[in-house]
Amino acid sequence: MSSSAIFILDLKGKVIIARNYRGDIDMSVIDRFMPLLMEKEEEGMVTPVLVHPEVTFVFIKHTNIYLVSSCRTNVNVTLVLSFLYKCIEVFNEYFKDVEEESVRDNFVVIYELLDEMMDFGFPQTTESRILQEYITQEGHKLENAPRPPMAVTNAVSWRSEGIKYRKNEVFLDVIESVNMLASANGTVLQSEIVGVVKMRVYLTGMPELRLGLNDKVLFEGSGRGKSKSVELEDVKFHQCVRLSRFDNDRTISFIPPDGSFELMSYRLNTVVKPLIWIETSVERHSHSRVEYMIKAKSQFKRRSTANNVEVIIPVPSDADSPKFKTSIGSVRYTPEQSAFVWTIKSFPGGKEYLLSAHFSLPSVVSEESEGRPPIKVKFEIPYFTTSGIQVRYLKIIEKSGYQALPWVRYITQNGEYQMRMK
Amino acid sequence: MTDSKYFTTTKKGEIFELKTELNSDKKEKKREAVKKVIASMTVGKDVSALFPDVVNCMQTDNVELKKLVYLYLMNYAKSQPDLAIMAVNTFVKDCEDPNPLIRALAVRTMGCIRVEKITEYLCEPLRKCMKDEDPYVRKTAAVCVAKLHDMNPTLVEEQGFVELLNDLLSDANPMVVANAVAALTEINEQRPLIEVNSQMVNKLLTALNECTEWGQVFILDALADYSPRDEREAQNICERISPRLAHANAAVVLSTVKVLMKLIELLPNDSEFITQLIRKLAPPMVTLLSAEPEIQYVALRNINLIVQKRPDILKQEMKVFFVKYNDPIYVKMEKLDIMIRLAQQSNIAQVLSELKEYATEVDVDFVRKSVRAIGRCAIKVEQSSERCVATLLELIQTKVNYVVQEAVVVIKDIFRKYPNRYESIISTLCENLDTLDEPEARASMIWIIGEYAERIDNADELLESFLDGFHDENTQVQLQLLTAVVKLFLKRPQDTQQLVQKVLSLATQDSDNPDLRDRGYIYWRLLSADPVAAKQVVLAEKPLISEETDLLEPSLLDQLICHIGSLASVYHKPPNSFIDAARQPLRQINNGISSGAPTGLLDTVAHSTTSTTNSAQPTVIPAQDTLIADLLSLDLNSSIPTGASATGGFPAPSASGGLEDLLGGIGGDGLMGDNSSPQDMGHGAAMAAASANAGMGGLADLFGSTIPSATGGLNLPKQLWLDASKAKGMQLEGSVIRRNGRILMDMTITNKAMQAMSGFAVQLNKNSFGLFPAEAIQMPAPLLPGQSINVSVPCNTGGPVQRMDPLTNLQV
Repeated sequence: MSSSAIFILDLKGKVIIARNYRGDIDMSVIDRFMPLLMEKEEEGMVTPVLVHPEVTFVFIKHTNIYLVSSCRTNVNVTLVLSFLYKCIEVFNEYFKDVEEESVRDNFVVIYELLDEMMDFGFPQTTESRILQEYITQEGHKLENAPRPPMAVTNAVSWRSEGIKYRKNEVFLDVIESVNMLASANGTVLQSEIVGVVKMRVYLTGMPELRLGLNDKVLFEGSGRGKSKSVELEDVKFHQCVRLSRFDNDRTISFIPPDGSFELMSYRLNTVVKPLIWIETSVERHSHSRVEYMIKAKSQFKRRSTANNVEVIIPVPSDADSPKFKTSIGSVRYTPEQSAFVWTIKSFPGGKEYLLSAHFSLPSVVSEESEGRPPIKVKFEIPYFTTSGIQVRYLKIIEKSGYQALPWVRYITQNGEYQMRMK
Repeated sequence: MTDSKYFTTTKKGEIFELKTELNSDKKEKKREAVKKVIASMTVGKDVSALFPDVVNCMQTDNVELKKLVYLYLMNYAKSQPDLAIMAVNTFVKDCEDPNPLIRALAVRTMGCIRVEKITEYLCEPLRKCMKDEDPYVRKTAAVCVAKLHDMNPTLVEEQGFVELLNDLLSDANPMVVANAVAALTEINEQRPLIEVNSQMVNKLLTALNECTEWGQVFILDALADYSPRDEREAQNICERISPRLAHANAAVVLSTVKVLMKLIELLPNDSEFITQLIRKLAPPMVTLLSAEPEIQYVALRNINLIVQKRPDILKQEMKVFFVKYNDPIYVKMEKLDIMIRLAQQSNIAQVLSELKEYATEVDVDFVRKSVRAIGRCAIKVEQSSERCVATLLELIQTKVNYVVQEAVVVIKDIFRKYPNRYESIISTLCENLDTLDEPEARASMIWIIGEYAERIDNADELLESFLDGFHDENTQVQLQLLTAVVKLFLKRPQDTQQLVQKVLSLATQDSDNPDLRDRGYIYWRLLSADPVAAKQVVLAEKPLISEETDLLEPSLLDQLICHIGSLASVYHKPPNSFIDAARQPLRQINNGISSGAPTGLLDTVAHSTTSTTNSAQPTVIPAQDTLIADLLSLDLNSSIPTGASATGGFPAPSASGGLEDLLGGIGGDGLMGDNSSPQDMGHGAAMAAASANAGMGGLADLFGSTIPSATGGLNLPKQLWLDASKAKGMQLEGSVIRRNGRILMDMTITNKAMQAMSGFAVQLNKNSFGLFPAEAIQMPAPLLPGQSINVSVPCNTGGPVQRMDPLTNLQV
């Protein structure tokens, strides 16, 4: 059912922090982790779960540390992995960058957190904002030691009571990432939009919020089928949202955590015309040179503009002496990632730009075969959502009856936006 | 100020220094010293010598210091049990502290100190804490019961903690309910003390909407163990949990999927409700593929199961499994597997062009798997076989060594699925003969040459070229070479006599390998005694290989579906294989009883690892079919079973296949006895037949008495199939033999219990050999204590065939 122990290791496999939760394993078993991982790496069979005769290791790697959970039974791996990721998230709230040195620097508070976040292998409270209310590093005396906030065990386990703001404000960011995969001959193999609604909430008390979107299911149900609406394929909500309510009547109602959090995410499979399309022609004269002709096309409406567009085009790792020619933007060669990057600060809709590049190749061909990384594109288009999703209203009800201002922003950006090369 | 300075002191006399500091009057110094001690403990230094000094710091008014001392205690109490008692007073006192944080801390820590003497003192404080006014303390106490149970189960039962825990299920606070459920599930896993009933389920469903994400997982996992009374209840649970599919936490989503998948089974398949529910299942699973790569991996392994169980759920979603360039390799491999499972005529063009793309990547393992995948598509989707073969040929033209080898292996499989269709490509294959250096590829190529010897003009030359280095070849290649030359000889006897003599003498006289020698002798005898018979045997029509080769055995699949999200589902192994052997025995039989569903059978496979090795020791069954199948030697030790159904014979693994590939698949289901009978026994009657492949011993027998099985004189010693201790006193011994051309299952059933047995039966599971009883098994009843009966059950082999790799473990 649950983890026997949690370890934080450095890259060499040395233990930085170890917390034994169930006392059913020999803690020195962790010494077997690194050799096992290396062995699997050599075979090219590394998976996030490693089986050893005595225990099973479930692990993630973050910056230069490993978070390892060892288990003896048929544990819920998904639970363990989600918990490990949650640990990183919480540590991050406590001391920013989570890496070897910062873990050592904060080992006392990490022990306290591990003690509070998991008991006997069962994850407990993992809301960092709530934890910060009673796990601090201030050396309290018993008399005025903090008590567990009500929120720890409440149904609303993510917000404490008694929060006050002079100016009540809510910021909503609707961010859509476009994932696209195109084949070398230009067909779009896969295209999806992954959207998130992020909130920054500065509200007094225990406000009750209701968010209205132009959700197709809702519109059809209420006879407004003709208005412009969006069919959300799959919606995921922060735990503050009442899921059964949404399931019943598609109402998104919740008491928000304080500060910033991700309210919801959604996914749409609708195939849209790729927002930025890259055409390449490569002429390769082995042993001497390789030439690229790149055409970038923006295929969204003229009144929108994409900002900070970066087109990353891979080149052979042994290419050298780059020469570029372009009418717009700047180009730089980044040998460390075997690519060149074409940056266009502002790229209005319905335009087309060209770039030509020339590289020399060594006369001796290297033995190692190289993979064929795809072209990647990064961009940001403000005031625009690909799906057409809209926030219709955000109702804020609090018993003191204050007026709060909601602010909404829309932005579309690249997700995994890749085009394979020939 | 950072904590890293505590790690730095390493000079001699450190322990002594720490001791002084710990006993210092200055509080600040004390605290610093404890931190140093914890730091040393963390890096693995033994600081247990400081135990009394650290415990002395326990009585402090500083919470942080208290926590550190508690942490120390948890680590070292076990090594210093007598000293640990010193701490008990403080614990008990802390359990009365006005601050709930301290009360909870004390009860939490106390439960983690696994010292017998301390557990006694734990009971009273724990009882109080379970009724504490503060939910934070109650939720901690709930978990503490599980801790106590882990150390001393009888104490928990005697002291009535289970009932108290049960009460907490009705607590007003959702987190308390969630922890109580987690603790109960854990306790039930070892020993079912509290049965989840429908009233409880209702409470859980209410708490589900209010507790934390982790609590939701505990509740859902508990619901997965519950069997609803009727359809209405099942549907109600489905309705109330399905909103959880929209939760941001992947663990909540997968646990919901698990419960839904289990409950769907109980509902009428064609109802509107099911159609709706299934439609709801796909999107959340697809979304999991945008999660962190580790979680993607777990999701993909589970999707693999779900696709096998209900292919319709994800059949439209092929594209999301396309591999991305920067996916970790473990994600890539899993995606490939699922792509093949979802491949069908409507999407095969897309799949193929993707696979071809992957086959030109750089990661060798991934490329190989992609090439194999192309072959599997050809076998699975007949309409696409032509395109697949064309794609494979294109890949062979790349001349990349490992691509060519892999392609040859899969082309052999394609030939076996579609004989006499693509022989035109043999010449292309032969061009690459020299580059093949892996045994499997060489063996495949040789098989192709032997099989189509009459159409390859220079087949004799080709085969002869292999003979020069015969002794340096891998056994697999040698066996294949032997068979191929014999085939060639039978097809073109005029000019290959010398060749066949050469290979036979190489195999029989110069080889140390018994398998090879035996096969050589058989061919030799066959050829010299009766060439017509030899032709019939060696050139017999071969069964086609089946499409789905790596499907999980259905009862295992059902069981894994009930454990979605767990280790078992990631490894596709029965859940019990991950459970401590030491904690196992208590729940064996109970499980077998409580599960009327098909899943029940495998709940108890736990014995498999140990008992297979004991009981499935090779007993040779020299049935004629076995011999023939072996002679055909189709099985290149690849993962493709020879499809026994078509010939009605036993697929005998080729000699090199090793002993584990035994006949052991004839697992009998533990047919539930008549529950109303007072004895209530005979539940787990089951059996597994084991036989060995025709190894040396078996063949020697064969030659000694010219196929004894045909005359029917051979009696095999019976094997113990089911031990009395595992089946409430019923012992089952048996063997599978052939007598007068019929397959018989001889069984001796002995009642080793104290009472008479009645109302039991033996059922043969659907198995990979199509073996089924030809007539009803007659069970004289009742069976008196100590009495034994002998039963012979004639069997036929035309029964429904379970396509799968033969089971190798004993199912009880």
